[in-house]
Formats: sequence, C-alpha cells, structure tokens
Amino acid sequence: MSTDTPARPDTRATSVPRAKPHRRLRATFPIYLAISPFYVLFAIFGLFPIVFSIVLSFTDWDGMGEMSFVGLAQYQYLLTDTRFWNAVGNTFIIWFLSTIPMLFLAMVIAFLLHQNIRFTGFYRVAFFLPNVTSMVAMAIVFGSVFSDTFGLINSALTALGLDTVPWLSSSWGIKITIAVMVIWRFTGYNAIIYLAGLQSIPTDLYDAAKVDGANMVQVFFRITVPMLRPIILFTVIMSTIGGLSLFTEPQVLLGDSGGAGEAGMTIVLYQYNQAFTEFDFGYGSAIAWALFLIAAIFSIINWRLVSGRSERTPRRRTAAKEARR
Amino acid sequence: MSTLTPVPRTTAAADPALGGDKHYVARGRIARLVTHLCVIVGVLLSIFPFYWLVVMSTSTTAEIFGYPPKLTFGNSFVENIRNVVQSVDLMQSLLNTIIVSTACAVLVMFFDSLAAFAFAKFDFPGKRPLFILLIATMLVPGSLSLVPSFILMSTLGWVGTLQALIVPGAANAFGIFLLRQMAAGSIPDDLLDAARIDGAGFFTTYWRVGVPLLRGGLAFLGIFTFITAWNDYIWPLIILVDPERQTLQTALQNLNSVHLTDYGMVMAGALISVVPLIGVFIIGARHFISNIAAGAIKG
Repeated sequence: MSTDTPARPDTRATSVPRAKPHRRLRATFPIYLAISPFYVLFAIFGLFPIVFSIVLSFTDWDGMGEMSFVGLAQYQYLLTDTRFWNAVGNTFIIWFLSTIPMLFLAMVIAFLLHQNIRFTGFYRVAFFLPNVTSMVAMAIVFGSVFSDTFGLINSALTALGLDTVPWLSSSWGIKITIAVMVIWRFTGYNAIIYLAGLQSIPTDLYDAAKVDGANMVQVFFRITVPMLRPIILFTVIMSTIGGLSLFTEPQVLLGDSGGAGEAGMTIVLYQYNQAFTEFDFGYGSAIAWALFLIAAIFSIINWRLVSGRSERTPRRRTAAKEARR
Repeated sequence: MSTLTPVPRTTAAADPALGGDKHYVARGRIARLVTHLCVIVGVLLSIFPFYWLVVMSTSTTAEIFGYPPKLTFGNSFVENIRNVVQSVDLMQSLLNTIIVSTACAVLVMFFDSLAAFAFAKFDFPGKRPLFILLIATMLVPGSLSLVPSFILMSTLGWVGTLQALIVPGAANAFGIFLLRQMAAGSIPDDLLDAARIDGAGFFTTYWRVGVPLLRGGLAFLGIFTFITAWNDYIWPLIILVDPERQTLQTALQNLNSVHLTDYGMVMAGALISVVPLIGVFIIGARHFISNIAAGAIKG
C-alpha cells in the first residue's frame, strides 16, 4: 500500500514492515477503520448490555422507580421458583421431543436425496422452505391445524372413529404441538447439512469397502457415521442452542402465559414474561444468566464429546508409531 | 469453494448394492421409485402448512370451523384481504419490515465485507486477538441482553423506532467470519500487489478488487440477513411499543390475539407476511442452500 518499502515478490499479504511509526499508522489506519464498525457496535450494543445485565440481576427494579440493590436475592428466589423450574423442564422436554425425531428424519431424507435421484434441486428447495418462513405466521397455521375444536388433526381422528386429543389444552398435547412445529421447521435444514456431509465423503472409501466385501450396514456404521460425526455434532449443538432459546412458537401459539398450567412456558418465554409483562427487570436478568449457565454447561458437554473423539486419534497414531519402532 | 456443485455425484458408484449388471439395474429402478415416493411424502409434509395457509386465507371463518373440513380453496380471498387491510395497518407494517430488512442487509453486506477484506488480506498489529474476540462474540446468546438492551434503547430514546432494529445489527461477527473465509480463498494476492503498485489505497482496493470477487458471498449474506431480519420477532416485540409502528411479525401477532374470531382474515394477514419472503428465497434458493450447507461442513 502506501509504505515506502519496495514490493517484495514473495509477500503473501500486504504487511506493513519496519516503517517509521507515523507512516506505519498512516498505512494501517484505513484497516482499523474498516474493522471498527463491528467492534464499536459490539461494545455499545453487545458488551455494555451484558455487563449491565450482571448489575441488573443484583437489583430489584421496574425500570421506572428507584433501583435497589438486593445482592443475591433474585438468584435465591430463582432457586425456589417453581414456575422457573417448570419452564426449565418444559424447555428440555420439548427439546428432547423435537431434536431426536428431527435429526433422525433429517438423516433419512439426506440418505434418500443422496441416492443420485432426479429433481434433487427441487426437493432441496421444498425441504428448506419451512426454515426461511416467518414462524409467527406458521405458528398461527399450526394453531388452527392442532385446534382442539375444529383442527384438521382432530377432524381426521374423528373421521377415523378415534378420540380427539386436546392438543392445545393438555400438558403433553401442548409440548407435542410445539415439538412438531420445531421438527417441521428444522428437519429440512438439517437434512441439507447432512446431505452436504454425505457428498463430502470421498468415494474411494466406499470403493475400498466394496473391494473388502463390506455390506451396506457395515458401510453405514463404519464409514458414513464416523465421517459424519463432526457434522452430526454441529447439528446437535445448533439444535441445543435453538431449543434452549425457544420463544416464538409457544408465545404465538399460547400467548405470554404459556398455555394451560404453563405447560408451554419455556425459559425465554418466562424471561420475557417476568421482564416485559411484569416489568421485573432484576429477576428477568437473573433468569437470563441462569439460562446462560445452563447453555454453558450444555456446551461443555458437547465440547467434551467433540474433544473426546479427536483425542483418541492422535493417541492411536502415537501408538502406531511406537509399534513401528 | 462456496458451492457444492463441484462435488461429483458418485452415489451410484458409492452404493455397493447398485452395481453394473442388469439384475441390479432393475432392482435399482424399483429402489429409485421407492426413494422418490418417500421423498415426496416428506415434501408434501413440508409444503402442506403453506397449502393449508392458502386454503384458510381463501375461506370464510364458517368454512374453516366447519366439519368435515374443506380441503380445497374457497372464494373469500379478496374479502379476507380487504378485511385485514382495513382492521390493521398491515401495509405500513409491510413497509416497515421492508425498510428494516433492506437496511440490515445493505449495512451488513457493506461493513462485514470491509472487515472481512481487511482480516483476510492484510496484516496489522493485533489482528489475531481481534479476530479471536470476533469469534468469541458469536458464542454470546442474544437473549442474555434483552433487558439491558431495552434499557439502553430507552436511554437513547430509540424505543418504538426502526433504528433500534437496524443499528445494533449493522455489522455482525457471523458475516465477517464467513466472508473472511471466502476472501482468503478467492482473492489472489497478485491482484492486491498490482493494485498496490498502481498506488491504490485500502478502500480503493476493497471497492475495485475485493467487492467484485466477493460478489457470490455477498449475495448469500444479503439474502440471509434479509430473511433473518424479516423474521425477527422477540426484539421487535419488545422494542416496538407504539401500535402505529410495527413490523409484519408483531402486527400479525396483534391481529392474531385481537381478532381471534375471524380466522380467514388472520390467515390472509399471515399469507401477506409469508409470500414476499418466499419470493426472495426462491430467487436465490440454490445458491443460498449450497452456502448454508457449505458453511456447516466447514464450521
């Protein structure tokens, strides 16, 4: 750039070597200017709120009157708050009910799409469509499909001579309905990711297995699954993050209260409820930090799963090296 | 590097059951048919809620509540649309959503590519720690700062305004990271050297060399940001306190909770909020899906 050093033919990147300080500053200033918007915005709208939310979680404040420091009282209350623990339980049940069928179905779809069939382009778009649509609109649609009185599902059950299910007024009905919405929305997304993973497995691995006379099941468990493991972990982590921050589906379907017996109350919905309908900013912040802690514990579990896998490989390699000696 | 198309389709060879001789070909044909059938069932389940949305938005409320349910389109579409436009200011909400989504997309494309270009192609003191910091910010969950962000916005006097939805997200770590990976691979150093010899400064190089070569990644990031901003719900719900100034999502939720009795009308509103987005998605669908998949494989 505008440095006085001659252009070396082997420069990989435009570095700014040993120039006089002010010249160096002049050369790097535009670069710092280029990267600054993100850091400035993060400092104001990211870092500051996070620090502020720690402070808030030690206070009792409705946003209007006096802010009073209460120490750990919010967290103490949180530990005994049955509504909060109900929300934690709901969140995990819905996560469990949705993630396992979703990832299984996604794997099946990816496997089918990988069979070198026609129209894969169209199928991929069709499967991906739910992922890009507004969840508010679709939660309204699902609300009518699962309606206790006139919903399509209960009409079908009646037509088949079966009992109707109170989807939107019973504890399990509510959780299943929310899980179905999550499954509907994210199965295609995960399938597309698995499909890309399947396509990235080198074909000579399959050829080698074929030469060695491996059958389909062996190929699937010895080649496909191990090669996809990092991608499966990626989808599990993404589903965990998404599952723990579930909000739109229950809020639109059931309202701020989370439905009958708060059966659809998730952690983020409860946080919203406490902070923005009860205007308990202190407690809302404490819930946010509790959620962060839960997410962090989950991330550590995920991370240990990942590192547990990758640790084994080098160890095996060293063992092989030693054997060679 | 960003698309998956170069990956050869070698499934037939990869599948040991589908070998070359005639017996296997016949079996392959049946297997293929079964595969198509399974996939089509999945596609129908994926598409059905959209179909049902259209059915309901063309039906009267009485038809929606009826038993047995009518599975085909009705005749009340125009009436439902007229009702929804009259009862809430959906057109203003649509306009607000378009403004917010477009502004977010344009700003993110600009600021992220600028930073990505700098990180990918230039050395400067503090580059490594700054980039690590950038990645670390991606791990912070958004719901952590809902309450303090709201308080910050009310201090700034931005509660109820659209800039509260635009400014905080005008540059993001995800886009910078994504474009940096693309820039590192797709912008040759020779071009940068040539630009430097010609006396081009950083911003000229960015505009003349960086942007044209990052076009594909920028298109993806733009569509992605547009869709994300369009669908954003919890933050507008908190910040847009003025019923006169809403986005489509929050307006739709108001419509849903207030006019619960007129289903046909609510569904017409839902349809309006979904259709433009599907249009944007379909335009860039293939490119978009490939990028999503490629991002996951590399991440």
